[in-house]
Amino acid sequence: MPLQVKGEILDVRRVGAYSVLSITAPGLPERTRPGHFVTVGMGGEESSMVLRRAFAIHNVQERGVYGGSMDIVVGLNGPGTRWLTERRRHDPIDIVGPLGRPFVLPKERVACVLVGGGYGSAPLFMLADQLRERGCRADVILGASSEDKLFGVLEIKRVCSTLTITTEDGSQGLRGRVTDILGESIEKFDAAVVYACGPMGMLEAVADIAVAHRAYSQCSVEESMACGIGVCMTCVLPVIGDDGVTRMVRSCVEGPVFRGDRVRWEDVGTIPADALGAPAEAGT
Amino acid sequence: MTRAIIGRAPRQGPTEIPTIDMSTSLGNLHLLAPVLTASGCASSGRELDQFFDITLIGGIVTKSVMLHPRAGRPTPRMAETPSGMLNSIGLQGPGVEAFIERDLAWLDQRGVTTVVSIAGTSVDEYARIAQKLRNASGISAIEVNISCPNVDARDQVFACDPDAAGHVVQAVRRHSDPRTPILVKLSPDVTDITEIAQSVARSGAHGLSVINTALGMVIDVDTMRPKLAGVTGGLSGPAIRPIAVRCVWQIRKVLPDIPILGMGGIRTGLDALQFILAGANAVSVGTMVFNDPSAPLRVQNELALALHERGFGSLREAVSYAHRAHADGSVVDLRPGDHEDS
Repeated sequence: MPLQVKGEILDVRRVGAYSVLSITAPGLPERTRPGHFVTVGMGGEESSMVLRRAFAIHNVQERGVYGGSMDIVVGLNGPGTRWLTERRRHDPIDIVGPLGRPFVLPKERVACVLVGGGYGSAPLFMLADQLRERGCRADVILGASSEDKLFGVLEIKRVCSTLTITTEDGSQGLRGRVTDILGESIEKFDAAVVYACGPMGMLEAVADIAVAHRAYSQCSVEESMACGIGVCMTCVLPVIGDDGVTRMVRSCVEGPVFRGDRVRWEDVGTIPADALGAPAEAGT
Repeated sequence: MTRAIIGRAPRQGPTEIPTIDMSTSLGNLHLLAPVLTASGCASSGRELDQFFDITLIGGIVTKSVMLHPRAGRPTPRMAETPSGMLNSIGLQGPGVEAFIERDLAWLDQRGVTTVVSIAGTSVDEYARIAQKLRNASGISAIEVNISCPNVDARDQVFACDPDAAGHVVQAVRRHSDPRTPILVKLSPDVTDITEIAQSVARSGAHGLSVINTALGMVIDVDTMRPKLAGVTGGLSGPAIRPIAVRCVWQIRKVLPDIPILGMGGIRTGLDALQFILAGANAVSVGTMVFNDPSAPLRVQNELALALHERGFGSLREAVSYAHRAHADGSVVDLRPGDHEDS
């Protein structure tokens, strides 16, 4: 069950093109599992930015002098994230979380490939750590358009089995995209599960490659949300249910992690004609 | 007038909440507290119950339900705007049967005062939904959403035509349990909202919900296309609060006795108080739930404090107070213990 807490900024630091915020969030760390997210209120109680912003939880510290804290990774996307990255130590911060459905972890000791696009790598650190604890391989592929858009290259080396980097401009690692080498990695490590977080285009390609290589995929999506708690219905996407029926489901409460083979990626941003409750075709 | 006794509740955390009679009514719907959720901003209450005890507020107004399941509009469905947001959800929902089975049953079992919002694309659809709800238990009132801006044909918005609005109300009254109060939700996007209010009142509405979102639009200057897939959307949040307060005020002037559920950008207890003073008998907190999921209960507590600080012994004393003070041409001093002459 999520909590609404008043936290405090402990630290804001620049990492490449991003900012990492360490914040106290009493009660949240012990509830957090890899893939959970939080929402943050923007600009204080009188703010004209009325919508909260959602961030994947990067790391948690359950104990310590602050009674529980966590790190979130912020990309500069607009006035809200600018305000957030301008916070200073001891500034108050309004947190709701942990939210959403986290990554499903394998019950058996199977090999897993973790794919992060840009700062989509943020939730993969806790995941890799927990997979390794269970005796699973966690081979990580991080990719971005250029070196400064990669996140956490040094840090993730401590928890992963192997790390492969791709950049589109070749500024670090292999030139190309994460999906160029994903199939090969699945085969090489005999991976049973692919975990992915990043832009929707990347997730679509990851899900397809996983299917082609008979691996199960878990994709964490990024849809714009107003509430993050399941009441506003803005963050929907078409997902096929266990009964084979496509529904427009809320990525905040039914996701953000979905089985890659259940999301109708090519139809995101539309209402597929066969979705439950889709408008009737003219003349039918 | 009876002298109200203003006591103090035992200390509850940092904020002291005065014991003040917050009960109110919307026609024959009696509410222990005056703050409700707003349709479309609380789903069916279950999610918010994680953040505060939803039985402590006046009630839950559910997301508008239609006759059949509905997938709504494509994404993007949302755009943040200064002190507000645009939405174009398009009434996504499970349809009335699944709603009764899952959502209403849960609300009933939870013991929540439930106002069921209904929406249709024709007078007949409203009638059929009302008929389906007739034998369901757990309905305290029906809110007839005749003003959703996110429908395919804007010229079919019933709230923009006094006759069409009246026909919907008559149909719902004919097909629903006569003991169930009917509230009608009005659109601000009309030339004269009092004309629509009077028409639906004549057609048998027991009360009015004022206001729905105002139609708006945002263009993304990077793509140079409308930001919402639905092109236009409903504007909500503090940005529309002055419009909403004006609508409540205007309707209260012409319909001195009709119950009004006021809403539009309420963020704090003082915002809620504006609506009460303008003539609302109760208020709904909508969009600000997205900002603060426990906003309805917080607003209710802040409203109690605001009323107490102004010397009101009960919420009812404050309803339409701005009209009374206005008529006198004077401001009545209403400090605690000094208000028996009001």
